[in-house]
Amino acid sequence: MPQVIFTSALERHLACPPQEVAGATVREVLDQAFAANPGVRDYVLDEQGALRKHMTVFVDGEATRDRTGLSDAVRIDSQVYVMQALSGG
Amino acid sequence: MSHAPSNRLFVATRKGLFTLERGEAGWRVAGTAFLGDPVSIVHVDGAGRIYAALDLGHFGSKLRRSTDGGATWEERAAPAFPEKPEDVDDRDDNGKSIPWKLQKIWALADADPAAGGESLWCGTLPGGLFRSEDGGAGWELNRPLWDKPERKGWFGGGYDWPGIHSVFVDPRDAARVLVAISCGGVWETLDGGANWTPRASGMRAEYMPPERAFDQNVQDPHILVASRDNPDALWVQHHNGIFRSTDGAASWQEITNIPRSGFGFAAAVHPTDPDTAWFVPAIKDEKRIPVDGQLVVLRTRDGGESFEVLDRGLPQEHAYDLIYRHALDIDASGDRLAFGSTTGSLWITEDQGDSWTSLSAHLPPIYCVRFAP
Repeated sequence: MPQVIFTSALERHLACPPQEVAGATVREVLDQAFAANPGVRDYVLDEQGALRKHMTVFVDGEATRDRTGLSDAVRIDSQVYVMQALSGG
Repeated sequence: MSHAPSNRLFVATRKGLFTLERGEAGWRVAGTAFLGDPVSIVHVDGAGRIYAALDLGHFGSKLRRSTDGGATWEERAAPAFPEKPEDVDDRDDNGKSIPWKLQKIWALADADPAAGGESLWCGTLPGGLFRSEDGGAGWELNRPLWDKPERKGWFGGGYDWPGIHSVFVDPRDAARVLVAISCGGVWETLDGGANWTPRASGMRAEYMPPERAFDQNVQDPHILVASRDNPDALWVQHHNGIFRSTDGAASWQEITNIPRSGFGFAAAVHPTDPDTAWFVPAIKDEKRIPVDGQLVVLRTRDGGESFEVLDRGLPQEHAYDLIYRHALDIDASGDRLAFGSTTGSLWITEDQGDSWTSLSAHLPPIYCVRFAP
C-alpha cells in the first residue's frame, strides 16, 4: 500500500506518524490518512480542500502538480511525502 | 464603579506569546507559549479564558485556548469559510478573485459579554466575520455581511485582502455590534448580525480620488475603540487621521491640529472618560517610522481639541519603533497602558502616560498587547 509521510515540523503541533493507506491519487491517500488522524487535515489543506499555499506533496520524489484537485497518480508502492515549501519561510 | 488595576499582560508576537506579571519588584516575563510561532491576536474573555490565534506560515491560521491562565493550551477550530459554489465568481471591484479561505485571524471579541458565556465574534482576512457559540468549537460565517454587494468594493490595506480588525460589542445590548475594516469602513448591526449598515459617515480618505474621498465603503480605519462606560464615544485611528464619534458611529468628526503626525495604527480610550484617548503617531504611510526618530505618545483629555506629547521614558533619538493596531491597550482602571513595537520593545505606564517604563527591548516583533481583566 502507498505510504504517507508527514513533515516532522508538524510534530510540534500534533502527532502524525507515517501511515499506510489505500488509494490511487494524492486526494485518495490523503483522505484515508486524514480519516485516521483528523486533526492533520486543516494543517495540510485549506477549507476548500486545496493544498495550502506553502505546502508541497511529493510522490516518489516528484513534486505533484495538481494542488487543487490533488489528482496526481499514486502507485501501490508509492511513498507520498507531505512537506513544507520553503516559500513559507 | 472603580476597577482594580491589572497586574497581568499578554503580548502576542512574531515568535510566540509572552505573559508579563507585576510583582513587588515590578513587571517581568512570567511565562511563554508557542515560542517560534507567530501569534496574530490574543484575547482574554470575561471569564478569564485566553484565546491565542496562531498564524502558522505553512499550516494556516489556528486557534488555541487556555482555561488555566496559560499553563496549558488546547486546539480549537479556526473559522472556516463555506465551500465556494462553483457558479459563484466572487471578484472584487478590481477584478481579483476573492479566496473563500481564511488568511488571518485579526479580531476576537466576546459576543455576549454580559452573559459571560463562550460566544465569540472573530474578524478575519479576507473580510469574513465569524461567530462561535461554544468558544471556538465551531464557527459560522456571518452571511449577511459577507453577502453585502458592497464587500466587493473593500480592498486590502497593507495586505492582499481586506480584513476585519475591530469588533465592538455594545455592553448595553449585545445585538448591537460595530466592525471596522481595512479597507471597508465601519459597519453596524442592531440585530445580532442579520442586517448591516455603513457607519463611516464623515470619514475622509486621502488616498482616493477627490470625488470618492468621503465614500464610506473605502475608508481605512486602522482601529476602532470605545469607552467602556460611555460606549457611544468612539475613536478611530484612520489611515490619514484621527476621527471621533460621540453618537455611536452615526457620524464622525475629523480631529485636526494633531501634533507630530495624524498617521498611526493604535488607539486607546479611557474606560470612564471618553474625552481622554491615546495614540502613537508615525510618519505617514510611505515611511512608517516615528517622526525625527523620537517615539512619543499623544494624549488628549478634551476630546481631541488639544494633545499632549508624552515622551518621558520613551527613546528620543534613533527610535524606529512602529506600533501596530492591536499593540496598545489600556487596563480596566484606566491608569495603566502598555504598548509594543515592531522592533520588540515593550513599554508600560501606570500613570496614564505621564511616564513610561521599558519592560523589554528584545522581544520579537509585537502584534498584540492585552491586559488581563
